[in-house]
Parts: sequence; C-alpha cells; structure tokens
Amino acid sequence: MTKTDIRIGVDIGGTFTDVALQHPNGLATCKVLTNYNQPEQAILDGIIEATEQAGLELADIDQVIHGTTLVTNALIERRGAKTAFITTEGFRDVIEMRSENRFEQYDLNLALPKPLVPREDRFTLKERMGPNGEVLLALDLDEVDTLISRILDGGYEAVAIGLMHSYANGAHERAVEKALRAASPDLSISISSVISPQMRELPRFNTVIANAYVRPQVADYLSRLVHRLRETGVNAPVFMLHSGGGLITLETASEQPVRLLESGPAGGAIFAADFARAHGLDKVLSFDMGGTTAKICLIENGAPKTANTFEVARTYRFKKGSGMTVSTPVVEMVEIGAGGGSIASIDAMGRLQVGPRSAASEPGPACYGRGGTEPTVTDANLLLGRLDPDNFAGGAIPLHVDCSERAAGKLSLEPQDAAFGITEMVDENMANAARVHTVENGRDIEHFTMIAFGGGAPLHACRLCEKLGISALIIPPGAGVGSAIGFLKAPFSYESTRGLFQRLDSFDLEAVNAALDSMEKEARDFVEDGARGAPTETRLTALMRYSGQGWEIPVLLPHRAFADHDIQTIQTAFEEAYRTLFGRTIEGLPVEITNWLLTVATVLPDADAVERHSKGSDASVLRERTFFDAALRKTVTAKEVARGDMTPGKMVSGPAIIVENETTTIVTSGYRVIGQGDGSLLLVKKEANA
Amino acid sequence: MRPTAIDYQIMWNRLIAVVEEQATTLIRTAFSTSVREAGDLSAGLFDRTGRMIAQAVTGTPGHVNAMAESVTHFAAQIGPENTYEGDVFITNDPWLGTGHLHDITVVTPVFRKAKHIGYFACTAHVVDIGGRGFGPDGNEVFEEGLLIPITKFAERGKVQDLLIQMVRANVRTPDQTVGDMYSLAACNEAGDRRLQSMMDEFDVDVLDGLSDFIIESSRKATLEAISNVPNGVFTHGMQVDGYDAPVHMQVTLSIQGNTLKADFDGTSGMSRFGVNCPEVYTRAYACYALKCAIAPQVPNNTGSLDPFEITAPEGCILAATRPAPVSVRHVMGHLVPDVVLGALHKMMPNTVPAEGASALWNIQISARPSDPSSGLPNREVLMFNSGGTGARPALDGLSATAFPSGVSTMSVEATEHVGPITVWRKDLREGSGGAGALRGGLGQTIEIEPRDGYDLYFNAMFDRVENPARGRDGGRNGGAGGVHLSDGTKLRSKGRQLIKNGQRLILSLPGGGGFGDPKNRTRDAIENDIAAGFITQDEAREIYEYEG
Repeated sequence: MTKTDIRIGVDIGGTFTDVALQHPNGLATCKVLTNYNQPEQAILDGIIEATEQAGLELADIDQVIHGTTLVTNALIERRGAKTAFITTEGFRDVIEMRSENRFEQYDLNLALPKPLVPREDRFTLKERMGPNGEVLLALDLDEVDTLISRILDGGYEAVAIGLMHSYANGAHERAVEKALRAASPDLSISISSVISPQMRELPRFNTVIANAYVRPQVADYLSRLVHRLRETGVNAPVFMLHSGGGLITLETASEQPVRLLESGPAGGAIFAADFARAHGLDKVLSFDMGGTTAKICLIENGAPKTANTFEVARTYRFKKGSGMTVSTPVVEMVEIGAGGGSIASIDAMGRLQVGPRSAASEPGPACYGRGGTEPTVTDANLLLGRLDPDNFAGGAIPLHVDCSERAAGKLSLEPQDAAFGITEMVDENMANAARVHTVENGRDIEHFTMIAFGGGAPLHACRLCEKLGISALIIPPGAGVGSAIGFLKAPFSYESTRGLFQRLDSFDLEAVNAALDSMEKEARDFVEDGARGAPTETRLTALMRYSGQGWEIPVLLPHRAFADHDIQTIQTAFEEAYRTLFGRTIEGLPVEITNWLLTVATVLPDADAVERHSKGSDASVLRERTFFDAALRKTVTAKEVARGDMTPGKMVSGPAIIVENETTTIVTSGYRVIGQGDGSLLLVKKEANA
Repeated sequence: MRPTAIDYQIMWNRLIAVVEEQATTLIRTAFSTSVREAGDLSAGLFDRTGRMIAQAVTGTPGHVNAMAESVTHFAAQIGPENTYEGDVFITNDPWLGTGHLHDITVVTPVFRKAKHIGYFACTAHVVDIGGRGFGPDGNEVFEEGLLIPITKFAERGKVQDLLIQMVRANVRTPDQTVGDMYSLAACNEAGDRRLQSMMDEFDVDVLDGLSDFIIESSRKATLEAISNVPNGVFTHGMQVDGYDAPVHMQVTLSIQGNTLKADFDGTSGMSRFGVNCPEVYTRAYACYALKCAIAPQVPNNTGSLDPFEITAPEGCILAATRPAPVSVRHVMGHLVPDVVLGALHKMMPNTVPAEGASALWNIQISARPSDPSSGLPNREVLMFNSGGTGARPALDGLSATAFPSGVSTMSVEATEHVGPITVWRKDLREGSGGAGALRGGLGQTIEIEPRDGYDLYFNAMFDRVENPARGRDGGRNGGAGGVHLSDGTKLRSKGRQLIKNGQRLILSLPGGGGFGDPKNRTRDAIENDIAAGFITQDEAREIYEYEG
C-alpha cells in the first residue's frame, strides 16, 4: 500500500457502523446505523456516503478494510451453527468443567456459563498423544468411521476437532479431518492444531469450538459482502482487521473467524498507536470510553501491547472468569463497566456505586428524557456543568437537567453532591483499572502520556490524569470513528503460535529451529496474500517461566536460526523481562518455554511527525461557563472554546471547556490545552513542561 | 482539608484495589501451585491497633478470619516499642497464622512521617516446609515441618540471615520457599507504596478516621443483615469420614436480635492424624458460610467479621490444640460450611444449598523411578480437583466445581509436562449428582497412570467416601466418592499409597446432594439430563418417575 491509495475503513459496532475514507486530499468519515439483519447494507450506505463526501467514485477505491463485532455478538447471543465437537476419550467435559472454580466467591446462587456445544453434541475417540507428541494410543480408523456416520446423521453444520496434546502432534486431528472431509466435502471443519496450536486444553478447545461455531455464518456474511460490493461497483480487494491489530485476507478470515473477535476495539488501539508514533511518544496509555464500557490499552514504542489469550462473552458484569477463555492473538485491553450510561446506586453499606449496570442507549441516561429514571454518569456530568444541555451532540439531543436532578435525588444526597460522588467514583474505578494494568506490566504510570478517544473519554480524561499523576494528554481529532480510522493504519500481519515445550537446560536447537521455520512460513503465506511483496518484519516471542511456576511471561527474542550460544541470550532476555515485571530474578532454577509466537507484519510507513506546540497564543473564547472542578472541590468559571478554533498553537489555560459536535473536552484548573498541527488537543499539567 | 464521606468511600474503594494488587503480585511470583492456581493466599491492610480494614478476595475463604486475627498476635508479641520502620515480621505457626505450617504469614508495619500507622499482612502456601511433606500421616505437628515462631524476617531493613539459613537447611525446595518469603515481603512493600501515594493525594497522615468509617459502616450493615434473620436456636449435625474413624461435626446457631453465635459443641475429638483444624481455621469457614447466606455483599474487614461470634470447644477436631498434626486441616475445614448451612436451613428454609462434595480432592503425587538405578529424576505433581456442589433451592448444583474453596484446577496437558504421569480421564461422573427437584452437581472421574519407568506414591486426602453429601427436603444424596485401582482394588481415602507401573488409579469424586423431591423436577430438566447422559432412562423412570 502507498499513502496515495484510496482506502476505506468500515467498523460495524453495536449501534453504529463507522466509515473512514482516506484519500489524497484528506479524510472523509460518516456514521450510519448498524443493520442487524443485513450488516452489509449499512456498509454500502456508509461507503457511498463517504465517497460522495470526498467527491470520489466507488470505482476509485483501492482497498476496503473491515472489522466487526458481529463475531463476538454471535458468541454472546449464541447464534452460531449447530456444532459437533470431537475430542479424546476421557476429555468430553473439558469445556463444561472449565477451571472448576467460581468467579464470585460469596454468591450461593451463582450460575456458570453454559458450554457452547452441549454434552450430547460432544463425541470422543479412543486415541492419545503424549506431551511430547508421542503416540500413546493409536487412532482406530474403524471407530473414526463409526463416529463420522453419527456426525453425518446428526445434521451438524460445523465440526470442531480438539484432541489432547495436538499442539505437539496434530496427526490424529488431521487424520480425522481427512476422513470427515472425504465423507462430507462441504462440511465446515475446524481443527485445534491449526486454529490454536498451544498447550492447555481448555483454551485450545474453546478456541476451536468458537471458530467452528461462528464460521459458517461469518463465511456466508463475508461472501455476501463481497458480492454486494462488486454489484455496487466497488471492485477493490477487501481485508479484515484481526484482534491482534493487523490485516488478513477474506479467505483467512473465513477460515479462522475466531481471529476477528476483538477487531473493533483493536482498531481503536491502532488509532491511538498511530498518534503515539506521529507525536513521537514511546509510552502511551490509550483510554476509550463509550456509553457502557471503558477500555484501556498500553502502547509502547508505537505498538499496542498484545496477548495470546483473552476472555470473551463475560456473563457476569465484566467479572474475570465469567466468560470463555480463548487463545488467539489479541490487542490486550482492560475493559471495565464504566461509561456515560453507567448507573449509580447505593449499596448496603451506604456506599455510592457506579456501574457496571448501564442505561445503554435505550432508555439512555435520565437527562435524555426517554424514560430513564436512574442516575447515570452522563446525568452527573450534566449536573456538574460539564455538559451543555442545549448543545449536546451539536444540539441534536436536548438534555433535561430536571430529569437528572430527579434521578440523582434517588441517592438521598443533594444533586450536586451525588453528581460529584458519581463522577469521582467512576473516575476512580477507571484510574484503578489503569493503575493495576500498568503495575501488572511492570510499568510506572506517571511516565505515560494518555491518548483519549470515544464519546465519553474527553469529559473524564483530564481528571483521570490528575488521579494518575499523568502530565500530558492528547485528544485526537476524529475520535468518534477512531476504530475505522485505525483500520487504515494497520499493517498486514499474522501471528503463528506453537506449543513446543523446552527447558533451557535441555534445549533442542534442531526442533526449535524447525518449528520456527515452519511458523515463519505459515505466517508469511498468510501475510503475502495481502502484502504483495511489501517489506515485512518478524517478531518472535516466547512464553517463559521458571520451572515450577504456572504463569508464563512473554519474552521478546531475536528471530534467527538459534545456535548454542543463543541459549544464554534467551536466558538473559528472560531474566531481564522477569526483573522488569517482578523486580528480581531467582537463582538456581531452570527456565522453560511453553508456547512460541511468531508474527510476520508489513512495515508501517513512517507516521507524519507532528511538531509539538507547547506554547501559544490565546484562543478565542465563545463565552464563560461554569463547571465543578473535582480536584478543587468547587465550581469554577471556565472559558468555552470551539474545537474548530483550537488551531495549531492556540492555547487556553484551564479551567476550560472545548466543545464540538461529537464530544466535550474538560480542561481542569490544573491543566492547559494547546492545539496541535494534526488537529489534536494537547493537555499539559500547568507546572509540567510540555 | 478534612475528608468527607465521599472521600472515605473513594479511599475505601482504593484500598480494595490496593490489596487486590498486592494479591495479584503474589499469585504471579509464587512458586507454589496452590498459590498460583488455587489462589491459596491472602493480603490485607490493618490499622495501628490490628483491626483489618481491607482484604483481597482470593480463592480461599480459609484465610478470611485467620489472617484478620493473626496481626493481633504479632502486635501483642512484638510490641509497639520494638516495632521499627523497615521491620518485616513472619510466622507459620498454625495456631497464630492460618492453620498449617505450609502457610507463611508476613506482616509489615506501615510508617508515615516516622509514625507507625498500620500494617500490611499477607499469607501464602509455600511449596515445601520440610517434615513429611504435605500429607495427613503425621501424628504431631513436629513431624509436619519447620515451625517459625513469630519473629522478625527483617529488622530496620536488614534481613535476618540466621532465619534464612535455618529455612534453607530444613526444606526440600530452599530456592522456592525462601523465594516465596521474599515475595511476601515485597508484596507488602508494594501495598505500602500505593497506600502512601493515596494518603498523599488525600492529604491524610493517619488511618484512624478511615478505619473507623470502614469498620463501622461494615459492622452496621452486617448487624442489620443479622437482625433480618429469624431469632432462635438451631442445631445441626453431620458425619464425615475423617482419617481412620468417622467424625461428627455439630453446630448450634443462636440468633437474638443482631447477635449471632455459632458453637461447635458436640463435635468429635481430635484425630491422631493431620486432619485436625486449629480453631482459627474453623472460624474462617464457619464465618464464610454465614456471610454467604446472610451478608454476602459486605466486604471483609473487622467490622463485618466481628459480629459472627464463632467458638469451638478446645480439644475437638475443629479446635485442635498443640501439638496436634494439622497438615491437611483443609479437609475438615472445607466441610464446616456444610454443617453450618444445615443449621441455617432450619433457620431460613429455601435459602441455602444441599450438602456438596465440599472438601477438595487434592492429590499430591510423588513419581519415583521403578528402578532406582535407572537415573530417572524424581518428580512431584500436585493436582486440585473438585466434586459437585449441592443443589440450590432454585438451581441445580454446580458440577465439578469447588465450594467453599475457590480453587481452580490445572490443565491436564500442563500437568503431564510437570511429571511422568498420564491422565487418561478427567470428565464428569455420570449419575453422581444427587437426584431432586433440583439436581446436585456431578462429581468427576479421574484416571491416572505412571509413565514408563515410574511408580507413583500419592497422598490421599479425600472425604465423602463413606458419608456422601446429603440431599435436602426430599432430595437424594450425591454419589459417594471412591478410590480404586483399575482392577477394582479398593484403596484407602487418606494417607500415602503406591501405584505400581502398569496400574491405574481411579478417583471417583463425590456428587452434590439434591434439593426437593425428584418427582417435582421439571420434565424439561429431566429430558436435558437424559440427553446429556447425566442420568439414564432407567434412573429417570425409577427415581424421577419420568415415563418419557
């Protein structure tokens, strides 16, 4: 891809489908309502609108990049295919027994999430691999044949195959797949040694099952989408954003839809990462706040932090452990139930609690006047003067202060006190989540710059920075369609994973090098389809621990054919990573590697560097308005400035309110704000140097 | 600026985040499987007088009260006059800490502006503490390992070398055990840093006001919850397997207004083996059951724990005295909630579950080469496994799920990398859920075989083999546990035994009890159970009177 290409990013979210069109003269964006029955229709509408806006023809588009929450929704709403699961005898119930624990300690009436594939649809075979891929019990092909006829009789639309230790040797899985394919060539089959070849049966089985479960639907949707695009006159190739923040081809996406689960949020992180690079920032905390949740992600050296497992479809108020753990590459994000719609209540101890229950968009916060009666974060922001009742969403939604007051009254506090309590509590919850996340990664949050986007973030970000001791905050432009813009900034990438257990004191160089070669080839094949010869880079990560520990840490390793002396290099890299996380290393214990991750990605073009304006001349003030400054505990008189007037080098000293149609930026008394060359706002702590 | 009620609430919130962070740090750095997989740890903040202000919610209710009480012992024995900035205190005394030698408790006094204002404390289960190793076969605590009395791990920042040397010389895993001691100290330090920055932010120098606020609002909420339950005296008894003789547990709950007393008078005497519970551990599990049923929302602190007055007569198996062996005190401890819930059921019917498998089926496996001259290394494997929980008044029990403990199981694939064993089976045990209008959770079946060249010794610490989980209100009992070889030979449910190469150990974990008459189970639920294979057609007909 080149910078002159005309590319369009499309993000299907729960409420809106966002479109961002990048063309030689700039960026055109629009939002259309998501169409649940025909998602592709909303995409076409959006593409047509954005193309017209930019004064282009549909045929001018060079590339379409797409991400969607539809895959996640299919899992949450259980709208997938009728799926059979084939596993090793003795392990039929792995996905039902989960980790055998309760995610809520004190709830006697706890309900655990039901497995995606019910027990009657889970079948077993007498076969067994050992931990090093050795065959302990050979596959019985007669038994396979009998099983296949049962599967065919069962009328299944999809089959997932997950056998024990298949990450170490996938031969049995492949043999079953082959027999099944021969018996039913059109059946959709997913096998765990391809979809997620990593040690640990529960996440691997979950992953292959989730893949099989959504695959027919996703494949169908994607082919419909391409068909409609062609019909309408868009002939450009379509690529998908995967959860790990890179692009893959439609073919890969159709085969491995489980890689798409977090594609929307990943787009947001890439959006922030792009600004981090442009502003030359090594350490960034991205903060995205919408109506129901807030998401936090670490971005270091211009790349969002990634992980190789995450939990999808949490059933119990965002509680860790209440969802389904899948192992697939993902941009690592902390998501908490804090958004504009989060509802405040008083608990048994008389304490104010905010979220995770949300008024969502229907009925919405009380102030929308659409029947909501419970006090929300948005109501609190209105009562504290942070939102203007007559100019919310550019005046499109009039806000009712009286409704907010009535709702806040339910908390048996004065409306102002309740509102202050609500915003402080929600800011505290988000700050705690951010603090814990950075500490868990062995980082010191004070040295980070925050990049805030999403409708709600600019209202809260400055206060969050005060709480976290962060002295610089960037509010990029276009924050309302951040994910779609992010799609345009993503590289082509594919992460290949392998469970190859190795202890450094008995390291098998030959086996490791062979595995890395095949991983690189696999990843390269996937990337090449989209990259078409563009320069690429590789990144090798090993998941390592001291022998005896159960928790691995990711260790970045040089990617090359390893020789004897590299074992020491690997040991040293592990010790450095361990020390960064935990402050010390442990003498005398052997070190081991459980899983390997190898990413091939196209090299991103250099971001256009943004020169920092740290001082400036006064921006023109629309009027004076008051809002409640939480740190000072008092109402302050603030300058209201239009975002459009915050041109490069324009400055306002807080307290200030920067208004635009999509959002409102609060600048507290402790910060000042300066317009930047790329349209961003830079908020800087007054005593700090910009 | 004097803190307002909102400030106190925010600080309370923050403290809970601080102790959770303290706990997370420990989980990630600990060597012991039970810490990292099972959350067998605890972390909390205490005020100057030893009152607990905040505690992390971890996998083990057993630490709830135990840790809350332990700081008082440290404060009393060391004394404020000997408490200096940079000190770190330590013990693993089962009677002053959390019930057995494997748990090390570390307490760090907090200073601010040179003034002692409180303590951070944490506890974690270590890999090894010497002695016989983790198992029930000892007859005195002296056989169970090294006991570190309450002492200073570090004084004014300097670590006591002699203590470290003593520990290193007495345990099988010196690097890990000593490593964990440092981890415990470091996690308190991390808590201290977070607390200090919070106090900077809110401009406060003492914890007293905050501590009063938290403890008093929690106490008030707890007392109010207690006053909402019926007055009266309710006694309940339950028999469990014990080591070599059945154990009778008995509890009497007396509720009058907002006072609640639970007493274990009538419970069997101590065992000669390591299944005895120090009273502090009994109190923890009894309190856990009471809190779940009466005041589940109130966070753990001195204010929310104090109102539950729990006692057991000295010398009974639930209030074992020195020098009783206590290594696997968790087995009896995990069964305590069942007897307490039984009494609660008499007090407030249709609130609490039927009896469950309750005691974890932990298995400690020592793999030894069949031929000692083969040069194959020894390996140790620890697995956590859970049976079924009791059916609830409106919900089936949970299959293969830990209760009251909050333990997680380990991946079989990961376990097979740790030691030379093959786990041929780990799946739900059909038919083991106690029948009822609501069905008890199913237990599970586990089959383990040594790999080539190895025999296995395993430490059995299993209960509910002779005494299955009982159903409630017409619900049937859950399936009893079983310990066998694949040829049908019955093995003991407690103590160390041998599995020779070529043999397979089969563990049948107990199911939970049912709730209500099976005839009243909905036909849909019965049909689902048949389809899933949880019950057979015959069982459906005979027990549930289902004619299909």
